[in-house]
Amino acid sequence: MAAALAIRGLRGGRIPPPPHPTGPLRGAASGALQRLGEWFYEVEVVLGWAERLRRRRLRRKNAFEGQQRWLCADSRGRWSPEVLQFHHVPVVAVDLSGSQLTYDGLDNFVLLTKLQHLDLSGCPHVDDWALGRLHVFGDSLQELSVARCPRVTERGLATLHQLPKLRCLDVGGLAVQSPGLLRILLEEMLPQCRVLGMEMEEGDPPEAPPELGQPPPLCDSAVIGGRVVPKWH
Amino acid sequence: MLRAVRGGRAVWAPRGGSGSGSGGAKLGRPLRTAAPQRSDIFRELGPRLSRLGQALRGQLPESEGAWNSLRPHQNSPPPPERADVVVVGGGVLGWSVAYWLKTLENRRHGMRVVVVERDPTYSQASTVLSVGGIRQQFSLPENIRLSLQSATFLRTINEHLWVPNEPPIDIQFQPSGYLFLASEHGAATLEAGVKVQREEGAKVALLSPSQLKAKFPWINTENVAVASYGLENEGWFDPWSLLNAFRRKAMSLGVYSCVGEVTSFVADTADNTPGMPRGVGRVKYVNVRLPDSPEQQPVSCAIVVAAAGAWTGKLLDSATAGLQGSLTLRRLPIEPRKRYVYVWHCPGGPGLETPFLIDTSGAYFRREGIAGNYLGSMSPPEGREPDVGNLEVDHDFFQEEVWPRLAHRVPAFRSLKQVKSAWAGYYDYNAFDQNGVLGPHPQLPNVFVLGGFSGHGLQQSPAAGRVAAELLLHGSCAAVDVGRLAPGRLWGSEPLLEAAIV
Repeated sequence: MAAALAIRGLRGGRIPPPPHPTGPLRGAASGALQRLGEWFYEVEVVLGWAERLRRRRLRRKNAFEGQQRWLCADSRGRWSPEVLQFHHVPVVAVDLSGSQLTYDGLDNFVLLTKLQHLDLSGCPHVDDWALGRLHVFGDSLQELSVARCPRVTERGLATLHQLPKLRCLDVGGLAVQSPGLLRILLEEMLPQCRVLGMEMEEGDPPEAPPELGQPPPLCDSAVIGGRVVPKWH
Repeated sequence: MLRAVRGGRAVWAPRGGSGSGSGGAKLGRPLRTAAPQRSDIFRELGPRLSRLGQALRGQLPESEGAWNSLRPHQNSPPPPERADVVVVGGGVLGWSVAYWLKTLENRRHGMRVVVVERDPTYSQASTVLSVGGIRQQFSLPENIRLSLQSATFLRTINEHLWVPNEPPIDIQFQPSGYLFLASEHGAATLEAGVKVQREEGAKVALLSPSQLKAKFPWINTENVAVASYGLENEGWFDPWSLLNAFRRKAMSLGVYSCVGEVTSFVADTADNTPGMPRGVGRVKYVNVRLPDSPEQQPVSCAIVVAAAGAWTGKLLDSATAGLQGSLTLRRLPIEPRKRYVYVWHCPGGPGLETPFLIDTSGAYFRREGIAGNYLGSMSPPEGREPDVGNLEVDHDFFQEEVWPRLAHRVPAFRSLKQVKSAWAGYYDYNAFDQNGVLGPHPQLPNVFVLGGFSGHGLQQSPAAGRVAAELLLHGSCAAVDVGRLAPGRLWGSEPLLEAAIV
């Protein structure tokens, strides 16, 4: 379950409703509220707010091994006392999407040797240098998302081969030059990992990906006659 | 000549012929038949102004921050007559020192720093022809520390070198790490080196042949006893971006950039200065020869930084040739050594995870881009150094020396037959012990030597520039103790050898 909740943020998709009760309004009362919501706009809006509140609570939680629910700080940053019970339990999943995490901020996470799911999508300061630090999770990390990080390029993605246990990698929305070729290279580099999000561009007609013997369709401008043709103007 | 037209018309009788209208106001003066002079000026004002505008625009540079390739020194002024520090050499080390001098000075505009470069196209400079790698896998603690600090600088380059209204600096760093392979012969040295690197804080892993094969299946692990793999802060980047970033930021802080060649020093020696001890001199003026001209501009300065890369030895020899009366200068053993780099395309070659691989035989290669291109080479063996007179590439060297070794190590390269492109560049080679030289010249105390890095100058340039600036400004450097890199050792008997020279 923790895995499903972790994946929820990966493609920016809809949150699947939790299968077990989390709030006081489940059961008979929720059916009545829904019917009222069909009749009155105000109730509909209130239901939407309640859903968003639940999503936000979900967002800020870390899951622990063996634990079914996410735990997080409430809106004022205070943690519930049950967190202290998990002092010795290793952290298994961390959701940092949209956070201001930087290279130095990863100092706080490199000690988590049992980490399995890491969500770094939409972090504006995560760049290729920060991806180079993720090798410490090589023994355990199974799912990683760096979707929509503006500073991550194909050069940082090359370091992800240090994570052999990776099963799911989300690289949607990255600014790379040739997404199709990069996807093929990533799949070759991590044969047991599913790469999500790096499709060929929308405008291209569906065709077989270029074979590696032929030059790629997009011009890799750095390599006309060698990389460092001394660049004077 | 403006004549008042008296009353307008019909004052003077018409007369054929001359129409200059410059005659006096006398009877019988003909009506002007040519265009009157006052309207001459106004009618021609428009075209004259546009011609003036065109002439002015021709003087301006073509685009922002670019050099005109035909006349690169056209817009660069001659050096000033007085300066505080003259940096000879406009490569990455020279601009790094200039930037740090201006950053660490106590008062804004407190120091006048001039960088003199003789070739603004950088056609032979080691910086731009470099392969651009950065690693911490050295055996000397000073080298490791300089490299680590440079890596931190490059990571935070926008905090240091960003200039407002410019796009953020991107040096295109690829954090793929270096992989050194060692045979049984070199295994002990490699492991000792890794121990020192870990003590200094570098993240390096030791791999056995089976672990190596598991990680990089395309390697042939025959004859490999152990390998060391850099996990963080190692990789390669674009040297031109770094040079440009240093240059732009330093000029925005007020560093003067001049085109010219430093031909000689004018120094106080025991011959011309009473009270000066023998064997020591103090440079007062630097003579800069302007481009395409026999004209020399003397620049008076307090400190000279000799950062001329591969030509630092030649610079000091020729600049002090006139001083050899009482001051016999010992030769600085920094000289150019030519190295080749070859680029080839191999479709089935090693994948995206390829590190910068250095083989047991000294051959090396790395990936270039994501389209299946690789570049690599090897340092020629001792005694077979190519001629440094030009930058011609010897393709036979690739076929006979480089390719067999790389094809043995990476079987996928056996199928490649020809090289896509190649170039040659110079190492600023320290013939004594292949390590950087950083410190004042023992016989010319106000000449600061910064060079001789023998292939790892670019990667240590941010930190080496900072250390040099701190030594010049404060007399000591807190971050890295570089006492062992001082030039005095070059004429001694104890070379400071570095084991991991590529």
